Amino acid sequence: MLANINWFYFAAPQRFYALAGRIIAPLYILAAVLAAAGLVIGLGIAPTDAQQGEAYRIIFIHVPAAWMSMVIYVAMAFWSGVGLAFNARLALMLARALAPTGALMTLIALVSGSLWGKPTWGTYWVWDARLTSELILLFLYLGFMTLHAAIEDERRADRAAALIALVGVVNVPIIYFSVKWWNTLHQSASITLTRAPTIATPMLLGMMIMALAFWAYAIAVVLARTRLIILERDAESSWVRSLWSAS
Amino acid sequence: MNWASWSEFLAMGGQGRFVWGAFGFALAVVVAELVQLRLRRANLERAAVAPGEVVDETKK
Repeated sequence: MLANINWFYFAAPQRFYALAGRIIAPLYILAAVLAAAGLVIGLGIAPTDAQQGEAYRIIFIHVPAAWMSMVIYVAMAFWSGVGLAFNARLALMLARALAPTGALMTLIALVSGSLWGKPTWGTYWVWDARLTSELILLFLYLGFMTLHAAIEDERRADRAAALIALVGVVNVPIIYFSVKWWNTLHQSASITLTRAPTIATPMLLGMMIMALAFWAYAIAVVLARTRLIILERDAESSWVRSLWSAS
Repeated sequence: MNWASWSEFLAMGGQGRFVWGAFGFALAVVVAELVQLRLRRANLERAAVAPGEVVDETKK
């Protein structure tokens, strides 16, 4: 069945606009329901941590936000690559729509981590490998957005920013493996692809549900932003004009 | 449930300001992002209704 769908059909911004418009609301609802469940488990049901007391509960937003900050960057680099290689307009719009949400996820990860660091490490900030590479990630997102905003010609701006996104992706494995490669104050991963998780079941469950909530939210908000970018870019086209006159 | 009372829940074992600070910050960021998107769309609509006005917010 999937083979019968012509995926390039949705590469036209007008069709993508309509498709995205249909899935954004369900994604927001899904995100809200998952977040509510994750918060009840994470803040209400999960037991107190033997070593860290209650401060560890920051994990339920810190880890999902940190995951998203990296996943979104990889997605941004991927669509930038697709956009550059195939001169695909929609791919470059998606890359641009991902950047602000990625930057905000990075900010949440940094601030929540800082608030977690104070009670557990005794400091809000330390220049260790994990924290520093995550801060560089924030600068990469900001660089992408600033560069795009600084170049007048939209197509040139798209290409220049896409190049930054591709070069910067080297930082993502550095963030991920930083706790292995260097001796850091930051604790190592509780959940990895290769080993069984090292945390208690309600904690794990709460974290996974919160991670799914962050995924749903991020996809919804990025699709919504992509739609706005499409409207801005195609403002002069007849379909956008008729869209406004219909509303 | 891990808590005996609401006050115990809010106190978070004396670490409430860190826990609630982190969750509050995340919530504020999400609300700000959603409001910003809403404003951006309203601006677009206004520009479309009154031609010759700002079209691309990010470029002006």
